[in-house]
Amino acid sequence: MKRIGVLALQGAVREHMRSIEACKAEAVAVKRPKDLEGLDALILPGGESTAIRRSIDRCGLMGPLREFAETGKPLFGTCAGLILLAGAVVGYEEPHLGVMDVVVARNSFGRQVDSFEAALSIKGMAGAFEAVFIRAPHIVRAGPSVEVLCEHEGKIVMARSGQFLGCSFHPELTDDHRIMEYFLNMVPPAAEALLPNDSIYSKV
Amino acid sequence: MSEQGTNRVKRGMAEMQKGGVIMDVVNADQARIAEAAGATAVMALERVPSDIRRDGGVARMADPRITEEVMKAVSIPVMAKARIGHIVEARVLEAMGVDYIDESEVLTPADEEFHLLKNTYTVPFVCGCRNLGEAARRIGEGASMLRTKGEPGTGNIVEAVRHLRQVNAEVRKVVAMSEDELMTEARNLGASYEFLKEVKELGRLPVVNFAAGGVATPADAALMMELGADGVFVGSGIFKSENPEKFARAIVEATTHYQDYRLIAELSKDLGIAMKGIEISTITAEERMQERGW
Repeated sequence: MKRIGVLALQGAVREHMRSIEACKAEAVAVKRPKDLEGLDALILPGGESTAIRRSIDRCGLMGPLREFAETGKPLFGTCAGLILLAGAVVGYEEPHLGVMDVVVARNSFGRQVDSFEAALSIKGMAGAFEAVFIRAPHIVRAGPSVEVLCEHEGKIVMARSGQFLGCSFHPELTDDHRIMEYFLNMVPPAAEALLPNDSIYSKV
Repeated sequence: MSEQGTNRVKRGMAEMQKGGVIMDVVNADQARIAEAAGATAVMALERVPSDIRRDGGVARMADPRITEEVMKAVSIPVMAKARIGHIVEARVLEAMGVDYIDESEVLTPADEEFHLLKNTYTVPFVCGCRNLGEAARRIGEGASMLRTKGEPGTGNIVEAVRHLRQVNAEVRKVVAMSEDELMTEARNLGASYEFLKEVKELGRLPVVNFAAGGVATPADAALMMELGADGVFVGSGIFKSENPEKFARAIVEATTHYQDYRLIAELSKDLGIAMKGIEISTITAEERMQERGW
């Protein structure tokens, strides 16, 4: 079974864990550096990016998170999580993790009263995806390696760059698990087979 | 095609606050201190609850100038308080673009019978509750987030504990009930049957529930998390302490790591003096803010 971590410092942690479990993978809450051990992939959830960032620093997680990214394992950021992944954030001198080749602007669609739901058309996905945008960011610029997966009103709201997946909205707030399935498919099957508690081993 | 002010958008905003600390602030400087300490939102108001309690008189919506300054000063969400049942204060706050309105018993109620019909607004609301019936009625009117009331401005956690335990005990009771007992429970609690059915199906409240009203120390905040709060509101506890920056940071960290007791011990060292606090029995029934609203 794939082991997927969710950074559990603040925000919509429970929802992501439910979605992971609905997709038949194991969900692990990550609060400390040691919680990253043995994970196949990691999700940075929605929440308040400034608050999550402070917490990352105080827990000594910044280094371990960057090292995790360097292993090539998949990372998925939703809303605040996308801001944490971005290579640059508009109006800020330094990025947070700074690992994904995109520039992100915060609160791009206005304040909470402007927050909205919309039916999105996502590349490679049949039918509309009901998306919830809450004080959402968007991708202002995407590097050459980035595949744009969805735009809304001319703004990039979902993209993938190699091992990194990011979206402006909150798939975890709906019961549609297609984006989670997409992310789980980014985990190479070989990595999964190496786990000692994998079903192949347990049958031996 | 996009749709604003839906239940998912309004309740979802509160979901993003989970595990966080929402701090009362009365000016832009305090708001910046709160944001730097890792608050997930700030509550802009004219006086913190302990000052409202001390000063007496009628407490109203803050001067819009203060709220605007706070909105300009920080990038995190800004909440503001309207009096219970004060339709126009709430509409004014919505027009100003505040991110969440607290229909709050901390202010003097404008209506002793009717709360706001909150599902007619685009802006989401948070409301206080002391038990599951009160929670059900506020959600029925359209509240997208709850907070247990506690006794604001006292720095005394006892009422916050009482209310959070009460709500959670009643949720557990409903979840364990057989379905044919729900209607009678609905009558007893003053809650709708449909609401109790939803609680039973979900196994929890349908919206986020923070704790409020008496949190004064990092250990208090951790206690509320231990008892099942989704996060905490800190009113007077931070800016009425001797060292607000330190208190704010420590309370945020204790909320995140509420079961790391060694860490909470470290965080609690040399914090300086917490707000003085008031013994509840010295407050007459008429002066208890938790009695406001129903």
